[in-house]
Amino acid sequence: MPGVQEGASAPTDGSGSTSRRIGGLSRLEGVAASRRPGRFRRHLRRGAVAWLLMLPTLLALAAVSFYPIFNGIWLSLTNTSLITNASDFVGVVNYANLANDGEFWNAWFHTVLFTAVSTGLETVIGLGMALLLFETFTGRSLVRAAMLVPWAMPTVVTSKMFGWMFDGQHGVVNYILVQLGILSANVDWLGSVRTALGTIILADVWKTTPFMALLLLAGLQTISPTLVEAARIDGATGWTAFWYVRLPLLWPTLLIAGLFRALDAFRVFDLVYVLTGGGPADSTETLSTLSYKVLFSTLQFGYGSAMTMAMFATEGIIALGFCLFIIRQLRRQA
Amino acid sequence: MTAHRSVLRPILTYTGAFLILLWSAGPFIWQFSTSFQLDRALTAPTPSFIPHPFTWQHYANAFFHRQLWFYLRNSLIVASVTTLLCLALGSLAAFALSRLNIRGRFGLLMLILSVSMFPQIAIVGPLYLIASACNLLDTYTGLVIVYLALGLPLVTWVLFGYFETLPRELDEAGRVDGVSTLGLLYRIILPISLPSLVTTGLLAFIAAWNEFLFALAFTSNFRHQTVPVGIANFTDLYYVPWGDISAASAVVTVPLIILVLFFQRHIIQGLTLGGLKE
Repeated sequence: MPGVQEGASAPTDGSGSTSRRIGGLSRLEGVAASRRPGRFRRHLRRGAVAWLLMLPTLLALAAVSFYPIFNGIWLSLTNTSLITNASDFVGVVNYANLANDGEFWNAWFHTVLFTAVSTGLETVIGLGMALLLFETFTGRSLVRAAMLVPWAMPTVVTSKMFGWMFDGQHGVVNYILVQLGILSANVDWLGSVRTALGTIILADVWKTTPFMALLLLAGLQTISPTLVEAARIDGATGWTAFWYVRLPLLWPTLLIAGLFRALDAFRVFDLVYVLTGGGPADSTETLSTLSYKVLFSTLQFGYGSAMTMAMFATEGIIALGFCLFIIRQLRRQA
Repeated sequence: MTAHRSVLRPILTYTGAFLILLWSAGPFIWQFSTSFQLDRALTAPTPSFIPHPFTWQHYANAFFHRQLWFYLRNSLIVASVTTLLCLALGSLAAFALSRLNIRGRFGLLMLILSVSMFPQIAIVGPLYLIASACNLLDTYTGLVIVYLALGLPLVTWVLFGYFETLPRELDEAGRVDGVSTLGLLYRIILPISLPSLVTTGLLAFIAAWNEFLFALAFTSNFRHQTVPVGIANFTDLYYVPWGDISAASAVVTVPLIILVLFFQRHIIQGLTLGGLKE
């Protein structure tokens, strides 16, 4: 089982062997310290060295991630604007305005919809791809290699590529669909309110599904084949063996991959910014793109920060919900 | 029934495999083909898959007319420096977490992981104000500092996962030989971790190479803008230059694809260890 669980079990192994190495005495640190000052000092020094080695990383994260978050909370309580040069404390006025801001809720709704639909599709299609790649067939490594292409490509390039394929006039998708008789006339995929968000979701699904599949494949490969075989011997067909043996064992991987995917989908920016800029008629506006406009076009850093903090809170709730669900599922299984 | 099944199964498998291949590689192959086609072929009523007549015109346009040279140079500098710093700092942190008896190790790992989950839009505003106050807007340094912090969680996690797989007898042997703590890292652990360092470095490089939001906010002209911002700005007044965009896309994506294909096995392993992070 990759990921968090491995991380969770590894440290216990690690510290176990470390304390063994130090001579099995670290459990009785106090006693050891009083009797053997040299050993204690060495222990202390190694702790100091460890923190010293961690320091650059922790400093970088503190300066570029934690401090800005706290600064953002402060800014969201002010009327900071780079146009009026104001920056006075105004309390929760920004949040009150946010609650009545139609554009904000419009973007909030699109973001949640985008996250739910794209994560769902990516997990289901990714699982299908993973199961297929689990079979042995000639050319499997070629397929697996090709699946890394969408992942490695810059998202801006993906966006432009979909913009060209789904172009309303000369796009190849229109051409194919019209030739096949599925469409009677060209559709302006990204220029029409009805299809724009769907096209962006499709671009996201294209870019991230293959990678999801590779992660799930890695999870599938950790499941002991003897279990599936045993089920087969007991008379389970391919489908029941999947449903009752493989899927439950894959469940933790699936949930964690889904969580990471959802958190990532929630902050979608590049695709929307490049493909539609939030249009047509705000039909693809998401929280990241709307916040970016408020921050960098209208330069209202106070109000923009309130918006990003509301987004941060929503993301936190998603993460918390997912984590509680994962823990409950894992408990039930254990 | 069984005979029927044994014929059907490979057919289904190969159909599925072909569909995945088409899905993954198809769009980019079309983009690649587009980059060699004349504008009038691209706007013809019937698109053709094979470029005919073949042209390098879009590549010339992208490089000389649209400053792709500058964007490539900027991206190369920013991504390389970020990668080196990420590896230098991340390996220290991963080593401390894996080999030194650090207190609250699990908490630290979780803290580092949770940082990578922060929505970047939530930190871009405050960071912009700081960068502006420190005169770091429109500089490589500003971008490198941000990318370093964005890349460190992944690098630390992946390297930590790798260090944990190295046998602890190595440490013992080193200690018997009288190697210091840092000597253990630089003379024993890092040399045998070279494959993992290369893969992790590649992941950090790709992340910095592809990053868009901060590059967009922190840079305002081609002297410091990176490739994604450059390509996003490829527009003309009356039409979208799809050919030039495709050419630039090919230039910035093909090297990545080659690198990724070369290291594919390590990448999948590294990322699976690294907590399923993209």
